[in-house]
Amino acid sequence: MLKAVNAILSARDATLVVGGRSILDHVNIDVRPNEIVTIIGPNGAGKSTLVRCMLGLQPLTSGEIVRQKSLRIGYVPQRFPLLPNVPLDVRRLLSLTLKPTEDEIDEALAETGIPHLKEASVSRLSGGELQRALLARALLRNPQLLVLDEPVQAVDFMGEARMYELISAVRKRHGCGILMVSHDLHMVMAESDHVICLNGHVCCEGGPTKVQQDPEFAKLFGPSAARMIAAYTHHHDHDHESHDHHHHHDHKH
Amino acid sequence: MAMFDIFYEPFFQRAVMAGLGIALVAGPVGCFIVWRRMAYFGETLAHSGLFGVGLGLLLGFSLTLGAVATAVAVALMLMLMKRQRVLAMDTLLGILSHSALALGLVTVSLVVGAAGDHMDLLFGDILTVSSRDVMIVWAGGAAVLLVLAFLWRDLIAISVHEELAQAEGVNVQRVELGFILLIAVMTAISMKIVGLLLITALLVIPAAAARRLAATPERMAMIAAGMAALAVMSGLALSAYANAITGPAIVLSAAFLFVLTLAIPQSD
Repeated sequence: MLKAVNAILSARDATLVVGGRSILDHVNIDVRPNEIVTIIGPNGAGKSTLVRCMLGLQPLTSGEIVRQKSLRIGYVPQRFPLLPNVPLDVRRLLSLTLKPTEDEIDEALAETGIPHLKEASVSRLSGGELQRALLARALLRNPQLLVLDEPVQAVDFMGEARMYELISAVRKRHGCGILMVSHDLHMVMAESDHVICLNGHVCCEGGPTKVQQDPEFAKLFGPSAARMIAAYTHHHDHDHESHDHHHHHDHKH
Repeated sequence: MAMFDIFYEPFFQRAVMAGLGIALVAGPVGCFIVWRRMAYFGETLAHSGLFGVGLGLLLGFSLTLGAVATAVAVALMLMLMKRQRVLAMDTLLGILSHSALALGLVTVSLVVGAAGDHMDLLFGDILTVSSRDVMIVWAGGAAVLLVLAFLWRDLIAISVHEELAQAEGVNVQRVELGFILLIAVMTAISMKIVGLLLITALLVIPAAAARRLAATPERMAMIAAGMAALAVMSGLALSAYANAITGPAIVLSAAFLFVLTLAIPQSD
């Protein structure tokens, strides 16, 4: 109960039924300040829908979304048209619903690593550049919570790691919480404080170490994913020179 | 008759005034239709306007009012139906658009007779506009532009990404409702100029032509208004010298301008 008091954004028994089909089934989530909460799950698990419900973009069939009063949220949606119909430069993209000063825009673009693209047309950006512009946009709101829906979806493989590094740096610098939907299990396990495996309902949840040992996790992602995580953890622990436990774990699979 | 004599004829001057009035509004409104991919939606509203005209003829009230009222009614219906998932939106629009047109034609034919002339309703009759018609165009057009200016920022945010705008506090439903009302009024005031069948063309084509030439939304709206004005003037000239039917001549000029812009490299 103490958890619920601290949360800045919560879903309580969030249930969504569309056309007789259950999309979300009594989902409970708490996002607390400065915490990275990651939602993982197979395609069609309702991850984006859950995020949209938590943002108030999609009404629930039952249950409720509890949001701290005047919570500042920066949102980066999953899909953004790479070729928008509206002619826009990056500066304008950042000022759609806010009126930031030139200095604020410069600062946000510098932080996300694209200071040179202020005048660039949005339709000329690469997938990674667009994601950085959208992240800069979200940062301009001085968010207490960043909501990132598949932040590396349109980013090439090499760009993915850099994007995650950026997200991690941004979080440390701004001290904001992050609610993220992700496919990238490495990132999830390395950076998340709390992982939620969703498949319509919450299959399992907890800290990354706890979740990857949960039989529900292996059921959802298959033994190969579990092995991959184990291998990663193994590698990761090498850096900290304490791999014995995980070595053992590795052999089990 | 000397070449430019026709420009001194009062009926032609009224046509120019009415046509330019429509063009200035059609440019910016058309941009949002293009940005929001609402071409078919706009067409459905225009077609449904004919039913309102028929009712006006039948019951003896203002045709403009009739057209606005039915267009608004259909728009509200569509906003509600957007939430259902049984039929795709374009299928739904295909059904509504043509049913509304058929219903309008049947209603009108009840008044003027099956063999009567509906051409002016469908294709406009800009050369017969009265001073009062010109007044209605300019007053209605000014109102549309005023409301559009008021909604501008929110409308652009919604056009770029609706859910992002909504998450950032834009009241999407209110803005959308406002914009739909604008299209309905736009339909009613341009009925007499280009006709209900071709209104969407005057909205969409100049905006599409402007897209390649503009790097900001505001510039695109201004260029679209200029393109529409040019199309109106050349359509009128074509009609005056080649004796072509005016509404379609205006649309054809717009299409010609669009094709010309394809030769220019994209600016953004």
